[in-house]
Amino acid sequence: MVFVNGNEQAASGKTVEDIINEMNIDKRTIAVELNEEIVSKADYDKTILKDEDVLEVVSFVGGG
Amino acid sequence: MVPTRDEYESALEFRHGKDNQRKFAEATVAICGLGGLGSNIAICLARAGIGKLILIDFDVVDVSNLHRQQYKASQVGMYKTEALKENLLEINPYITIESRTVRMTEDNTVKLVSEADIVCEAFDKAECKAMVVNAVLTYFKDKIIVSGSGMAGFSSANAIVTKKLSNRFYMCGDGVSDVNDGIGLIASRVMVCAAHEAHIVLRLLMGEQTP
Repeated sequence: MVFVNGNEQAASGKTVEDIINEMNIDKRTIAVELNEEIVSKADYDKTILKDEDVLEVVSFVGGG
Repeated sequence: MVPTRDEYESALEFRHGKDNQRKFAEATVAICGLGGLGSNIAICLARAGIGKLILIDFDVVDVSNLHRQQYKASQVGMYKTEALKENLLEINPYITIESRTVRMTEDNTVKLVSEADIVCEAFDKAECKAMVVNAVLTYFKDKIIVSGSGMAGFSSANAIVTKKLSNRFYMCGDGVSDVNDGIGLIASRVMVCAAHEAHIVLRLLMGEQTP
């Protein structure tokens, strides 16, 4: 199981890109950390999730 | 009468402790975007005696900014970098302020913030927030980024919190109140979020890592 934003998901084997696409969010407004390390945008489709991974997809909202 | 440097420094040491004040005075903090978040963050950090502030924004002060941003009616039309520098030096003449009047992009971010120990993301647009957070975390291995997301509207000020997302990434806000939902930006709630950003900067400089 993979922890995606704190929730357990059967996501091992999927890429970070797969998860983002499932979330249906705008890729320009996110930052992604895998096990507390940033995943650069160029690596979303190359980064394959495995059991026990902790993925945080941070979605920013406007205003400042 | 403007106090002397010694008088100012003694007053800060009295409030913050000598050790903390030395850490604040030695620090460089970059503030990316000088709107409701950035101008208020800058005021907090200038008052705390942060040694060097790097102020980054391309825009000029507009009358529509005055309800929540730390500018004066007489400064409408000035570059925010210059107007804020003026205001900050009136508050604390003994800090160093570098103004960079430029639009931040993926290409110039590294150069603009390279001197900073901590970077404050204080933009208005979600994609600009994401851009600077991604750039700082990707291209530097030691810098900390403090970001603000979700502070629009009249919802409770108590919903605004500071979260530690990883060792180098702190996020302040409620995470959800989006200005694009037509809820406006209110000075008090934006200032709460700005104060969260400024406060975690001070805590980090003191060596505290818990939000």
